[in-house]
Amino acid sequence: MTKNCHNDYKMKFSVDDEYPDLTKHNNHMAKVLSKEIYGKLRSKSTPSGFTVDDVIQTGVDNPGHPFIMTVGCVAGDEESYEVFKDLLDPIISDRHGGYKPTDKHKTDLNFENLKGGDDLDPNYVLSSRVRTGRSIKGFTLPPHNSRGERRAIQNLSIEALSSLEGEFKGKYYPLDGMTDAEQEQLIADHFLFDKPVSPLLTCAGMARDWPDARGIWHNDNKTFLVWVNEEDHLRVISMQKGGNMKEVFRRFCVGLQKIEEIFKKHNHGFMWNEHLGYILTCPSNLGTGLRGGVHVKLPKLSTHAKFEEILTRLRLQKRGTGGVDTASVGGVFDISNADRLGSSEVDQVQLVVDGVKLMVEMEKKLEKGESIDGMIPAQK
Amino acid sequence: MMIQGHHNMRILDTHQVSISTLPVRVYVSTIHKSSTKPCFCVFICSPFATENPASRKMASSFTRLISKRNTAVLLAGLGAGTAGFLLSENSSLAAEAKKKLYPPSSDYPDLRKHNNCMASALTPAIYAKLRDKVTPNNWTLDQCIQTGVDNPGHPFIKTVGCVAGDEESYEVFAELFDPVIKDRHNGYDPRVMKHPTDLDASKITHGMFDENYVLSSRVRTGRSIRGLSLPPACSRAERREVERVVVTALAGLKGDLAGHYYSLGDMTEKEQQQLIDDHFLFDKPVSPLLTCAFMARDWPDARGIWHNNDKTFLIWVNEEDHTRVISMEKGGNMKRVFERFCNGLKQVEHLIQERGWEFMWNERLGYVLTCPSNLGTGLRAGVHVRLPKLSKDTRFSKILDNLRLQKRGTGGVDTAATGDTFDISNLDRLGKSEVELVQLLVDGVNYLIECEKRLEKGQDIKIPSPIVQFRK
Repeated sequence: MTKNCHNDYKMKFSVDDEYPDLTKHNNHMAKVLSKEIYGKLRSKSTPSGFTVDDVIQTGVDNPGHPFIMTVGCVAGDEESYEVFKDLLDPIISDRHGGYKPTDKHKTDLNFENLKGGDDLDPNYVLSSRVRTGRSIKGFTLPPHNSRGERRAIQNLSIEALSSLEGEFKGKYYPLDGMTDAEQEQLIADHFLFDKPVSPLLTCAGMARDWPDARGIWHNDNKTFLVWVNEEDHLRVISMQKGGNMKEVFRRFCVGLQKIEEIFKKHNHGFMWNEHLGYILTCPSNLGTGLRGGVHVKLPKLSTHAKFEEILTRLRLQKRGTGGVDTASVGGVFDISNADRLGSSEVDQVQLVVDGVKLMVEMEKKLEKGESIDGMIPAQK
Repeated sequence: MMIQGHHNMRILDTHQVSISTLPVRVYVSTIHKSSTKPCFCVFICSPFATENPASRKMASSFTRLISKRNTAVLLAGLGAGTAGFLLSENSSLAAEAKKKLYPPSSDYPDLRKHNNCMASALTPAIYAKLRDKVTPNNWTLDQCIQTGVDNPGHPFIKTVGCVAGDEESYEVFAELFDPVIKDRHNGYDPRVMKHPTDLDASKITHGMFDENYVLSSRVRTGRSIRGLSLPPACSRAERREVERVVVTALAGLKGDLAGHYYSLGDMTEKEQQQLIDDHFLFDKPVSPLLTCAFMARDWPDARGIWHNNDKTFLIWVNEEDHTRVISMEKGGNMKRVFERFCNGLKQVEHLIQERGWEFMWNERLGYVLTCPSNLGTGLRAGVHVRLPKLSKDTRFSKILDNLRLQKRGTGGVDTAATGDTFDISNLDRLGKSEVELVQLLVDGVNYLIECEKRLEKGQDIKIPSPIVQFRK
């Protein structure tokens, strides 16, 4: 059943008594949540019973890092972004480069609009990947949903994915119910996701009832993968070895659109609006929810004094090859788009394709002992 | 406003859906009042969210039914006067509506791999009966059981698997808690039995142990402040109120009980180090048994440690219970430890009563605490005792069982013993009074020491007969 809000009961205490102590905190929520805003929002709840305390719990419990700004709040349903806009709009603006409450987000999943991307040098670019998330209308989100809802989401997802054909034909592996052999294969393929251990997620209630109604679907070719009921209703991933980002993006767009059609037929389309684009659990993933990236060998460039500057100007970010919060191994970096909201899918993948191409050329120059000063790009 | 009808109907639209075999109940009702527009929702009740393929098929029919067009046809068929009705299919369902759309069977947890008291007791029928109830503080059954769902348990250790969010949880969800209590507390039946409370330490006999064997003595319990929600449920304001009430009361203690409060969030580095050295400092819970029960929220807000200047009486504020009260000393004077325990508790109770507060207590369950395992006395009286020979004897476990004692490592619960020193304490909490349990511990430890001495002299030992469970 829906998480109870305990809210009317709390209203008998004063704002001062309920307001969280955020003096040692460093996250977007703590920066924005003044006592005034808290006072204004604490009497509200979304139709499904999500309250401002539910939104901020993860940020209260995780003060953050002195250098890394986490978001510190989550949505419990589509309406959270509306009911708690006084809190979430400034956070969204802070996180997404000044995005205003009146701005409109552009969605473009037409892969033919991508220029190039099929010629990244495979001597440097080891693998290419595009991921996003999707939330299904009519259900509350992972921090809030009940077991019944989560199971309904799983059932709908299985139905949609099982109907895919051709290059998308595949199989669903429920987390609780796969054989040992299947589990080992999924681990070997680097597909298996585990129960979240990060307190950022567990404090937001996303690991409840694990592993009930969680699972992994992938196509027979192992190039298109869907996670069900992890941090979002769906996480959709297209990937392959080598540098053909164009092909990865084509498969991504085609697959997504096929899946969306099927959900729409069941009158459970994806959560989307023209201001925030695709609605996901974490405000950091609004807009496209897209992270398009490559694993690329840049041993010389990565030690160059201007590496960070180049990345910033190209609107890219680096991660270790284990993903978020890991270190790089052997000069190989995960390079992906930094933006999510305010530019389209095509725009963001284009930035990755163009940026990585340039950085590979820089790497080659540095290998020859030549300077790259003339190649430093302007801010995109 | 509700219109209810039972129909077997055929509906044809562009999808050519036929639901003649599907019995449907059609509800038309208002949405939750916090919605921003006035509109009506049509719900069709069907257990589509379950696992089996037949339900999945119904799910497809169901979801097709919920489209605007079908609804209009349905409503027209009902003659319900559909003009002006808007369908809000696109928003999350209001909490009330969800209860109807998701029957209890769709939410019943999968407990097939679970081994805890909650999983043993929670039948689908009990879940269905209790799911939609709330305590006066809006606490639900799902919240009580979340920790047990998230922690399936250990094949050998049976955890409890549920917590109370407030005093009323034990009443509103009695159909779950009563069998859990019975399971955990040796058949104690809260429906018919009464729990005795006795904090008169003068009744304890032979409470001075041989200090060649007993290194330290300790008694702990918990107390909850009536009228405030328990750690799984409390808001920040409630937690801060607990802290205020308790710290104000403790400031009134005098003599050998006079002491000082250290707030977890505000203590200096030096104070922190001292508390660590004294083995007093408690940390943010990491055990998923506690974190999944929402007890670590807002850490370290309103958490702290109070202790007297002599460092023999210690209170934890807002850890796993509102308060945990501990009396301890080096050496074997358990009688004095228990005297200070009772005296301190009585004084604190008096001090909070002066301000209009009281502890949660009733004659069914004794002192009410967060975890059902701590109901009754909430008391664990124990010693650190050296038993090098006895601990290697094959009869050791049986002797402990019959004496109603348990052994732990010297790091506390879930730790291993170092060398030959064990933490020995009472097993039981509910159904016997504090005096009875401490006397049992005293008699039991004296017996163990006797056994150890006999083994030292090469003499044989006997397994004692088992102690009777409850006063009949």
